[in-house]
Amino acid sequence: MKITGNVIKYGNNVDTDVIIPARYLNTSDPKELAAHCMEDLDKTFVTRVKAGDIMVAGTNFGCGSSREHAPIAIKASGIACVVAKSFARIFYRNSVNTGLAIVEYDGDIDEGDTVEVDFGKGIIKNLTKNTVGDFPPFPPFLQNIIEKGGLLNSLKEDN
Amino acid sequence: MGMTMTAKILAAHAGKEYVKKGELIMAKLDLVLGNDVTSPVAINEYCKAGCQEVFDRNKIALVMDHFTPNKDIKAAEQTKKVRDWADEKGITHFYDVGEMGVEHALLPEKGLVVSGDLVIGADSHTCTYGALGAFSTGVGSTDMAAGMAYGKAWFKVPGAIKFNLLGKLSPNVSGKDVILHIIGNIGVDGALYKSMEFSGDGVKNLTIDDRFTICNMAIEAGAKNGIFPVDDVTLEYVKAHSTRLPTIYEADADAEYDEIYHIDLSKIEATVAFPHLPSNTRTFKDIGDIKIDQVVIGSCTNGRYSDFEAAAAILKGRKVNNRVRTLIIPTTQKIYLEMIESGLTKLFIEAGAAVSTPTCGPCLGGHMGILAKGERCVATTNRNFVGRMGHPESEVYLASPAVAAASAVTGRITHPSELEDK
Repeated sequence: MKITGNVIKYGNNVDTDVIIPARYLNTSDPKELAAHCMEDLDKTFVTRVKAGDIMVAGTNFGCGSSREHAPIAIKASGIACVVAKSFARIFYRNSVNTGLAIVEYDGDIDEGDTVEVDFGKGIIKNLTKNTVGDFPPFPPFLQNIIEKGGLLNSLKEDN
Repeated sequence: MGMTMTAKILAAHAGKEYVKKGELIMAKLDLVLGNDVTSPVAINEYCKAGCQEVFDRNKIALVMDHFTPNKDIKAAEQTKKVRDWADEKGITHFYDVGEMGVEHALLPEKGLVVSGDLVIGADSHTCTYGALGAFSTGVGSTDMAAGMAYGKAWFKVPGAIKFNLLGKLSPNVSGKDVILHIIGNIGVDGALYKSMEFSGDGVKNLTIDDRFTICNMAIEAGAKNGIFPVDDVTLEYVKAHSTRLPTIYEADADAEYDEIYHIDLSKIEATVAFPHLPSNTRTFKDIGDIKIDQVVIGSCTNGRYSDFEAAAAILKGRKVNNRVRTLIIPTTQKIYLEMIESGLTKLFIEAGAAVSTPTCGPCLGGHMGILAKGERCVATTNRNFVGRMGHPESEVYLASPAVAAASAVTGRITHPSELEDK
């Protein structure tokens, strides 16, 4: 799988309260959640995000609450992949379990760059800067969950 | 190489003699938890995947605590969905208004978690039960759905950081100050993906409530779990609350730790986390004059009976500042009743505070104490992210119940000793 997209960039410790504030957790409708995605950090996000964009961030992305509404909101907003230096652990497993593409990568990427993520080869090309870097693939155990379409489907086959 | 306490609990539940750091395992669960915010998403996933019967109707706890008593129509629809599903599946431990409490105070009180258990909860503060010597961790709704269907979850065996605690806490210093002190030192990702294992001679000097508070905020350092060794204090609590027998796991003498910190409890001071990260901590020499508009004493972090005793010791015979809305929120019906019987509720009301039925409410900016633009709150809760308790330009300062109560009296962030002198 290859994803090519425009970069929207944030800093370190982007928490789930800014990804989707708790005041909107009285619904689990992806469209409604996406309409408020990132609004306490960046009010312009929902108006400028385009389907296929790539969200890039620093360390500890998705820290805080366990709300699965966070990856749901990001995915429904049109973001195709999140690239961060590191992910908070619950956000990491929620992304694996729900099928939001995530990559741990610490490379030179700026707001507005165009980036190509090649999951098969485990490389990221920054088409704007003309640079290439690699990232570790998911371990086979997690790859199996992703390939079977999420956690519940993979367990269904195993049981 | 020996195993940590966490690794031993994971190994036992994965049917293995030995697990090593980084290994991915599938483990059996003793309890699966969800609340009114995360359970509806889990139920959607459960139904979408075509799951039928739950793995064990006695090992699922559904606690309607976040937006309850229902704050609006949408919240009412969410709790209704969970209530109907729980009824259909015959879930034993479904807790609704009148019986419910804040989940992480309620489950240990009901005896649903004992030492040695492996618990997942679709709530990040599920790590609280490490205080009892259990492995417990927060997960998302899909994990919760899978847990309810199959009684299993996947885990990566975490590395561990050991916190060797020595000595005894000073007066006006509590478990909250210990964990804020630690997060201030190691940062909000200082224990990312890891286990925080507490040990040492100082452990015996910490009450079970201190330990609940410390483990509760392990997630604020990015940890997978926090865990205390099982001692007489733990066993006394478990025996008083549960009919189930505890299983005691101990870390091996040669267990591997990524880092070891030595912490002298007697040197820890009253600590406050400033906006907008729990790691942004200060002690009183660096706090200055911070005027506040609201105080919240409650939450899964600090809403237990001893927390209200600490607040009452300061509010007794005093009035809260007339510019400070002071909210007292006991976390369970049992605690609420004890507060009424002992006279604490009367004391708080006479001091000018509002006392509420159990709810997570204001902690996550849900309801029952939302902040306006520019307002500041001292809260005994666990997070002070941007917009956590209301307007994105409001501010939350995290502190112990004693600091929160003293601040309610003066109208600014205040060390309890300032009032003792008067």
